[in-house]
Amino acid sequence: MASITFKHVEKTYPGNVTVVPDLNLEIQDKEFVILVGPSGCGKSTTLRMIAGLEDISSGELYIGDRVVNDVAPKDRNIAMVFQNYALYPHMTVYKNIAFGLMQAKVPKDEIDRRVHEAAKALDLEPYLNRKPKALSGGQRQRVALGRAMVRNPAVFLLDEPLSNLDAKLRTAMRAEISRLHKRLQTTFVYVTHDQTEAMTMGDRIVVMKNGIIQQNDTPQNLYDYPCNLFVAGFIGSPQMNFLDVVITQKDGGYCAQAGGNSIALSPEMDKAALAPYVGKTMVLGIRPEDLEAVDAGSSHDLEGKIEIAELMGAEINLHVDFQGTRLVVRAPSTYAGREGDMAALKLKTHKIHLFDKETELAVAH
Amino acid sequence: MKSTASLERSRRTSTILTYVALIFGAVIMVFPFVWMILTSFKTVEESMMVPPIIFPTSLSPANFIKAVTSLPFTNLYLNTILMVLFRVLFAILFSSMAGYAFAKLNFRGKNILFGIVLLQMSLPSQIFIIPQYQMVAKLGMANTIFALVFPGLVSAFGVFFLRQTYMGIPTEIGEAAYLDGCNQWQTFYKVMFPLTGTSVAALTIFTAVFAYGDLMWPLVVNSDLNMMTLSSGLATLRGQFSTDFPTLMAGSLLAMLPMIVLYLIFQRQFVEGIAGTGGK
Repeated sequence: MASITFKHVEKTYPGNVTVVPDLNLEIQDKEFVILVGPSGCGKSTTLRMIAGLEDISSGELYIGDRVVNDVAPKDRNIAMVFQNYALYPHMTVYKNIAFGLMQAKVPKDEIDRRVHEAAKALDLEPYLNRKPKALSGGQRQRVALGRAMVRNPAVFLLDEPLSNLDAKLRTAMRAEISRLHKRLQTTFVYVTHDQTEAMTMGDRIVVMKNGIIQQNDTPQNLYDYPCNLFVAGFIGSPQMNFLDVVITQKDGGYCAQAGGNSIALSPEMDKAALAPYVGKTMVLGIRPEDLEAVDAGSSHDLEGKIEIAELMGAEINLHVDFQGTRLVVRAPSTYAGREGDMAALKLKTHKIHLFDKETELAVAH
Repeated sequence: MKSTASLERSRRTSTILTYVALIFGAVIMVFPFVWMILTSFKTVEESMMVPPIIFPTSLSPANFIKAVTSLPFTNLYLNTILMVLFRVLFAILFSSMAGYAFAKLNFRGKNILFGIVLLQMSLPSQIFIIPQYQMVAKLGMANTIFALVFPGLVSAFGVFFLRQTYMGIPTEIGEAAYLDGCNQWQTFYKVMFPLTGTSVAALTIFTAVFAYGDLMWPLVVNSDLNMMTLSSGLATLRGQFSTDFPTLMAGSLLAMLPMIVLYLIFQRQFVEGIAGTGGK
């Protein structure tokens, strides 16, 4: 069992390409932490630095209370699951799982016991004598997990392990990995660009961009209180709607003016934070489920033309053009409006997020 | 629109044309081999007749007996087998290691070194004969098996070919081995090398076929008939003023037998190897 600590860690590749400029992060023992971000954000590099597959240019990386900057991967007590599984194609499932233990010269009986234990836990026992090419994608993924499990590592590193699986299998494996974490009670660090995986699996999510941590919080906090425009747009599907608004003051409260429409802001919003923005343009963020499509006759905040209506089953995603800005609205599937119709929209004012247009930081939620 | 009947007719015509072209090609390719077999049974007179006759008048083994008695065939076979064996072994060993290094390791000057390997591939091998002969002669190794093997110790083609193979193996497999506790050498021989089986088989076949048919170098470096290979030994049957073609052809047929047997055994790998290299 082990915690992981990054202290001012920098990763620069030859040619002076800095991927991670100054990383400070603490991952607690037994925690399931997700590193999430777009391609090239440095999340995989961070994971590979923990694994020891990438050197650290400067700073200190701790696993437990030991600095591991110069410790070989095999001595870090970690195990890694790769995106493409990285199974040894010429070895049977048994040998794939046992290989690390054989290298560590673990006694044969012990290897056999651990391999069978892992195979049983992962439903791999009937396939122990098969080669990886004779397995399905999900089975291969489980072999990769088994290979990591048998080593009883202090830290599990998973690099986009589900991205090669189809949607159905991905959902099943997501649950399986969560169960595995609960059972093993080990530190898990999981890299993904899929925010559904991030939201459903982790105790904590670290959102990264250009090698810099944007926000490090629980999934719920990340969703409800994104710290900047990037996080707000990255977490959530369909993503949060953004609208340029001008802040005005009216009857002791604040309003957001959007193209001739006035949206009353919640009185619970931080007034002191909003005061400097009166008369200025801010970015208003609202999630699709917090925009209600209402009858044209009832009171509403905005109005726009439905361009596309995507039926999702229980609900319908309306893509509404509001004065040149595309807004996505999640409405119940019973909603009558269809493509080409006008839609009246009402915002759940207590769900509005306001961001500084210049710094892109969140000002009030 | 064409009718079904006319479409069927044009498809059949195209099939017939394809077959005619393929049969023509096959006849051209097989003709020298068949001619060699036929000549090996002819008398010297029959082989020189104008216009030439196709079939020998009798199927006498006389030419084969003459070939076997006039050349030390046991030595020639042995020398050839040893030369092929060592050339193949060294080609696999060094090409695999160098190919792996060029594909998977990062070191200073890698691209320049690989450029030199490629440059070597683009030069005709004949220009190396004199310096190679001087080296072997100065080592006092002329007329030995080592002399026959020497130029085949490293194969530029093999290095290039296996580098491409190693480049096709996902880097993560090597990284997984590294995390499993393998050092670089163990990663190479326990994990990476076993994955190159098909390419190594192709390289084996190419190296063996090339070594078996190599004439120039064995002829230059080993002048002692007992240390010659089959190809260079057979070349001694060619006289300055006349050549006993039937005996030469009988000897050639005997020399080809091991390769024909090997080809029949490893036919599938041979074809896969050629297809795999994108070679001719």
